[in-house]
Amino acid sequence: MFQIVYKRELNTQVTLMKVKAPLIAQKARAGQFIIFRVDEYGERVPLTIADTDPEAGTVTIIFQKVGLTTNLLGNLQEGDCIRDFVGPLGAATELEGIRKAAVIGGGVGCAIAYPTAKALHSMGAHVDMIAGFRSRDIVILQEEMQAASSRFFLCTDDGTAGEKGFVTDALKKLLESGEAYDTVFAIGPVPMMKFVSLLTKEWGVKTIVSLNPIMIDGTGMCGGCRVTVGGQVRFACVDGPDFDGHLVDFDELMNRNTIYRPEEAESTACQGCRMEQLADAVMGR
Amino acid sequence: MKNMSQYKVEMPVQAPDVRNKNFDEVALGYTPEMAREEAARCLDCKNKPCVEGCPVGVRIPEFIAKVAKGDFAGAYRIIRSTNALPAVCGRVCPQESQCESNCVQGIKGEPVAIGRLERFVADWAMQNLQEEILPPVPLGKRVAVVGAGPSGLTCAGDLAQLGYDVTIFEALHTPGGVLVYGIPEFRLPKYIVAQEVEGLKKLGVRVETNMVIGRVQSVDELMQAGFDAVFIGSGAGLPSFMGIEGEALNGVYSANEYLTRVNLMKAYRKEYDTPIKHNSHTVVVGGGNVAMDAARCAKRLGSAVTVVYRRSEEEMPARREEIHHAKEEEIVFRLLCNPVRILADENGSVRGVECVEMELGEPDASGRRRPRPVEGSEFVLEADAVIMALGTSPNPLIRKTTPGLSVNKWGCIVVDENTMATNREGVYAGGDAVTGAATVILAMGAGKKAAESIHAYLSAR
Repeated sequence: MFQIVYKRELNTQVTLMKVKAPLIAQKARAGQFIIFRVDEYGERVPLTIADTDPEAGTVTIIFQKVGLTTNLLGNLQEGDCIRDFVGPLGAATELEGIRKAAVIGGGVGCAIAYPTAKALHSMGAHVDMIAGFRSRDIVILQEEMQAASSRFFLCTDDGTAGEKGFVTDALKKLLESGEAYDTVFAIGPVPMMKFVSLLTKEWGVKTIVSLNPIMIDGTGMCGGCRVTVGGQVRFACVDGPDFDGHLVDFDELMNRNTIYRPEEAESTACQGCRMEQLADAVMGR
Repeated sequence: MKNMSQYKVEMPVQAPDVRNKNFDEVALGYTPEMAREEAARCLDCKNKPCVEGCPVGVRIPEFIAKVAKGDFAGAYRIIRSTNALPAVCGRVCPQESQCESNCVQGIKGEPVAIGRLERFVADWAMQNLQEEILPPVPLGKRVAVVGAGPSGLTCAGDLAQLGYDVTIFEALHTPGGVLVYGIPEFRLPKYIVAQEVEGLKKLGVRVETNMVIGRVQSVDELMQAGFDAVFIGSGAGLPSFMGIEGEALNGVYSANEYLTRVNLMKAYRKEYDTPIKHNSHTVVVGGGNVAMDAARCAKRLGSAVTVVYRRSEEEMPARREEIHHAKEEEIVFRLLCNPVRILADENGSVRGVECVEMELGEPDASGRRRPRPVEGSEFVLEADAVIMALGTSPNPLIRKTTPGLSVNKWGCIVVDENTMATNREGVYAGGDAVTGAATVILAMGAGKKAAESIHAYLSAR
């Protein structure tokens, strides 16, 4: 059992939780993830680690309530426990030797881009952080990202905060102004990572993306998380989740991520009863 | 009274057209009367050839003699003294190629049903025996076991019985390894695995789930944390694919993924959240036990199922009993047939599998005749799901994080076959992590051997 020691709603859809998991907190590095299971009936769902506090023994996760499982997790309160919480999984992001980087986060992907920016910034690299959101009311982690970067660029699709436009527009401007990056990190919705990679390919800038395929065990056993990278089958849980953005087959990943849409719609429809069941289980503890 | 019948006493099973719609256990087990009748077929040979065939050396004629007398508790104690997981072995061991293949009764007729008797005794003990297990005298030495599958559970059980302080580290949320994620409920009910694990806990074994060794702690860190020896039983790894067109389509699964959804995550039960597709026609590629398990799960989820295998039935690695059960359950076999590509519909999902017929040529390195395609024999099997059951390659986590650990070119951990010792002092390994995909009982045999070696190593220190 893993206790939630802190909870904050970052906006109406996105929640931050700090979970007591001292061993993971000690070991985790930027780019790694955990898998949780809310209760005995829950599915195993991966979430990238947003931050850790080794002294307090806590791991920070940030998630958007999009389906049944994230809604169930979001319904838990400080003091409640998560049944299973395993990690750190996946390979850590390789940061060695990087002097100048652009780190791009899209939406809730900023929660994953942020620790990468923070790690780079703290090792003395120049970090241009570009964060993109649909609109002002869903902006998250603005102060944190600002503190973890040399320059911070905020953009929204509708122009209600920062520059109006997409993260690719902001990155293009920087590249056109002569900025030369050792590496661009892009973390967010698959289409965003795809278009960032297409842009940087034109400019010949190495680009790392963090992939989020459907996953079950997360330890290199089930093969559900396979992705095609440079024509080869790779497994996001042990070979990734970071891959060379210029080699990833993003269209295939987008298609594979839709496979359980109908089942998800059905399970979200009967979410109410599942919520009650989980609440009862928490009460019973 | 000896039973002179040449045939095994039949074990009751669920009728095929009933069981292919539920996940309850197929075989129902002997009654005490049936068990005593079957036990009376044992000739109690002096040289005990059956024991030779058992990787964990169960004293077979001795326990069977107790069954014949109706002393089931006595029979259980004999089995349990060398086998930590009798209820599991009685169900999933390939007895026909081990103990039973050496049985003298098998020369003229059917061998004694050793597996069924072991199963009966273990089940009887679970229901009737409330034995006080006295934890042994502690030796004050600690052993870490990586992986709570068949090899790890066996190694842990044997060491705990000797008085070692044993902790098992399991990556998943439930102990059991392949016994819980791979083998389906209808062949091995999960409460049986849970009860066997409870038995180990009573001996003092600690089980820590959600611990991925190689990530959260390395083998070296376990040694630094005060463990005197480590046994690695981390199991098989990533699934293999064929490398043909269309394997990334929606609806193509590895058997590991499909079985994990169904067995570990219980996707076949409504009250569990993990989704699973209810397909109309599933093609399973492969001829091993895993292929049979996947096919029979898909059937139970309402799909028509075709097993495609590139050689003939004779070469199929699956147990005869599993093939027989699958056929009874109306699973279709397309033998001498191999997929060449998987066809897509307009949504990027599977709509069929193009296959080619095969013929057998000269024997290959495995001694089996090499299959080769028959030119121009391509045809299409319509399908909305394809399950690849083609074996696995070892998990890279431990070898990548244990400096100096010797592995072979496939990535399997190299051990001394007599001691299961790796080239790192105090580190032992066994099961699929060493052999690549093999059977439960072979893994248990390796766990047992490693426990003996660890005991010898730590006693000498």
